Amino acid sequence: MNLLDPQGPVAAANSTILVDSVFIMLAIVVPTIVAILAFAFWFRASNPKANFQPDFVYSGRVEMVVWAIPALTVILLGGVAWIGSHQLDPAAPVPGTGSPVRIQAVSLDWKWLFIYPDQRIATVNMLTVPAGAELNIQLTSSSVMNTFFIPQLGSMIYTMNGMVTKLNLRADNEGKLKGLSAHFSGDGFPDMMFDVNVISPLSFPDWVATTAKTDAVLNEDSYKKLMQQGIEKGRPTYRLEDPRLFDLIATQHIPPGPGPQLASEAGRSQSGGHDAR
Amino acid sequence: MLGKLDWSAIPFDQPIPLIAGGVVLAGILAVLIWVVVKGHLPYLWHEWITSVDHKRIGAMYILLASVMLLRGGSDAIMMRIQQAIAYQSQGYLPPEHYNQIFSAHGTIMIFFVAMPFVIGLMNLVVPLQLGVRDVAFPTLNSVGFWLTATGALLVNLSLVIGEFARTGWLAFPPLSELSYSPGVGVDYYAWSLQISGVGTLVAGINLVTTVLKLRTKGMNYLRMPMFCWTTLASNLLIVAAFPILTATLAMLLLDRYLGFHFFTNEAGGNVMMFMNLIWAWGHPEVYILVLPAFGIYSEVVSTFSSKPLFGYRSMVLATMAICIISFMVWLHHFFTMGAGPDVNAIFGIASMIIAVPTGVKIYNWLFTMYGGRIRFATPMLWSVGFMVTFIIGGLTGVLVAVPPADFMLHNSMFLVAHFHNVIIGGVLFAAFAGFEYWFPKAFGFRLDERWGKVGFWFTFVGFWVTFMPLYIVGMLGMTRRMQHYDVAEWRPWMLVAAFGMLLLTIGVLAQITQVVVSVRNRDALRDRTGDPWDGRSLEWATSSPPPVFNFAFYPDVRGEDAYWALKQHAKEQQLGDHPGPEYQDIEMPRNSPTGFVCAFFATVMGFALIWHIWWMVILGGVGAFATFVVFAWRDHDEYVIPAAEVERIDRINIEERRSLVSMAGAV
Repeated sequence: MNLLDPQGPVAAANSTILVDSVFIMLAIVVPTIVAILAFAFWFRASNPKANFQPDFVYSGRVEMVVWAIPALTVILLGGVAWIGSHQLDPAAPVPGTGSPVRIQAVSLDWKWLFIYPDQRIATVNMLTVPAGAELNIQLTSSSVMNTFFIPQLGSMIYTMNGMVTKLNLRADNEGKLKGLSAHFSGDGFPDMMFDVNVISPLSFPDWVATTAKTDAVLNEDSYKKLMQQGIEKGRPTYRLEDPRLFDLIATQHIPPGPGPQLASEAGRSQSGGHDAR
Repeated sequence: MLGKLDWSAIPFDQPIPLIAGGVVLAGILAVLIWVVVKGHLPYLWHEWITSVDHKRIGAMYILLASVMLLRGGSDAIMMRIQQAIAYQSQGYLPPEHYNQIFSAHGTIMIFFVAMPFVIGLMNLVVPLQLGVRDVAFPTLNSVGFWLTATGALLVNLSLVIGEFARTGWLAFPPLSELSYSPGVGVDYYAWSLQISGVGTLVAGINLVTTVLKLRTKGMNYLRMPMFCWTTLASNLLIVAAFPILTATLAMLLLDRYLGFHFFTNEAGGNVMMFMNLIWAWGHPEVYILVLPAFGIYSEVVSTFSSKPLFGYRSMVLATMAICIISFMVWLHHFFTMGAGPDVNAIFGIASMIIAVPTGVKIYNWLFTMYGGRIRFATPMLWSVGFMVTFIIGGLTGVLVAVPPADFMLHNSMFLVAHFHNVIIGGVLFAAFAGFEYWFPKAFGFRLDERWGKVGFWFTFVGFWVTFMPLYIVGMLGMTRRMQHYDVAEWRPWMLVAAFGMLLLTIGVLAQITQVVVSVRNRDALRDRTGDPWDGRSLEWATSSPPPVFNFAFYPDVRGEDAYWALKQHAKEQQLGDHPGPEYQDIEMPRNSPTGFVCAFFATVMGFALIWHIWWMVILGGVGAFATFVVFAWRDHDEYVIPAAEVERIDRINIEERRSLVSMAGAV
């Protein structure tokens, strides 16, 4: 999950900006730290060779320089930020080979549902994508906020109930990656890590065909069961009955997840906790 | 009768909070019994609890912060241990407990450690530096402190009665809404902050008024010590920002209590609104904490370099620039919410711009040291340690202000490492520096240097060993608030961080030892001059501890570094006889139990609100209001210290100093 080992163009660009920014800043940070330690050491009271200058309290030239150094650095970095923000806008397209794959991600309490509307399938806690293709991801949440993040593919984004956020990514190399939720969402939060399988574009249709053969069907009813609080250790897959399911969730035609189902406790609500364990 | 409260609120099945709560309760009881048996109760009541003396209130703020630091630190230790062992296992803390701990840790460290510590130091020092006898509203000051203490008490009460929030320290909805957090945890959180928030707001109003209206003769704005400037800036931010927090939490409470829909999923509630509002308070809050810290470093670096602060006017400008810009950057806390690139870029650049005045400050401290004669007493060690540490925190801060970099680092352990880097390295180091620096002024004896240095080195090294690994796991994709994880590459770093926590713990223990040792050796460490560090500002012009009226005569200020100038003048005059104008009667504000009584009722009301005990809510509310009314109808709020008494106290101080100076002359 190393951020500096990107597996797609977005992550590569993100981490390049990250590393470049660090080096731009180190160029002034390191000399400053050295100067702090050197001045502190040299001008120690016990050093008879140090020149005591109690009247050195203002110097226009020094002031000029100390305002200029951080200002110039920030101008440079500001440029990086401006250009980077526009090029790496999560909603900006990331051209790839072959036709783009549409994915609709829904954060549930406490698992990820990935809907492939065009392929009419859905998976939980496992995202399978073809290498090299543009991934158009739409995201929403069934209940509380979460953040969708695959560190080695780059750019995370929030999921919120009743709203749709957009993220475009591309995975360049076949292999297995990890994704997670990066916004705390309750007791089962740490179990929201999911697998990302990047497979070859040739085998992707096969995977879709195999997955579509499953008996499990995702429709409003089974979705409502799925969105109950709980963690999912397995990797269930579904045939998608209604390709508009995501829209029904995002527009709240399906009401938000219910949260912990209260037994009769007054003060200490522990139902969530039991689920998580 | 008791609302939602019944025996199930006490976690009999959970040993950790119960034992912790039991030990604390036993400790409090033991202290109370000791106080009563030894007959210290009247002393405590008259000299501390009802005191409206800014020095006493400042000391109580700092005591509160120190006690809460131990509580918040215990939470930190528990989290580090959990993450060190919870690899492919559940560790020793189940999620519902772990989630309370990190929520309480954040809430406590910001609201009940950092805030009271800096407000305490400002209270203690600012009136002395301005050369005046008290703050603008002494009784309000006491009310502010006791309301803060109420908040702290409620947070700790949640340990044994009920539960604390399991939502993180900012309680983001919809997770913090009734549907997803039906317990009392979020209510404990919100009411604690509402009540202590009122306390903070009145403290802010008080200190702003003090700096603007109460300055001694000749203390122009551009002669004020840097700490007064940063106090002004910080408290302006308090006055502007805390009402936002209060309003935001009030909306959340309306959602939870009366079925409103500000931030719910249903009925058009908008969680993004909460994010914006809470950070519109939350980002200025960062500067509310760090600006006074900058002030403390300015005082310490200048004093121990034996030089005036370099580029004073530049520093003032930088302070006020930070004060203003800090209100315009809140959006950088949620670049990943999907705002467009223009919005993200503008707020990213605005955030970076803050680094300019901050950088200027670092360079000005650097040039204050240049050409100085630096004494490495403990406060100076903290300051140099701060400069080195804070630059790295600033670097990582600017890094996460670059939106594309933040798209990978948001909410990660890298971010956790960053804000601990600036809050520990910036605010906490300053709190410790200020504590060491002004302790002799407050209590009349210095702190033991040897233990202070042990404390510094363990804390400094411990900080780096704890938080550098968190930067690294952040780069390895680890997000914050994970109760357990299965990623092998994170594990070793969590073990290193846990070891760093051990060093930090030793650092804290060394500082506690330092206080104990110093109290025992207080006669040897006595500060008879009132000026143990060869200081430059007016707090050193009076005795240690200062008399209740601070100064027998209002000092006459003729330039920057007022006390330094006085000392130079005295040397030139060969310490001629004190010509001394006539001593005069001094009027001082009377002690008042208003703050304590008001906070008592506020505690009752807060507790009752949390548990829905409505009759008790009314009782507490009416009681608190009645306390104000009684105070407002008071006839006599001042008492007179006769001129003869003032003269007696002042003469002792002068004699003491004179004999010391002549002894020094003889040697």
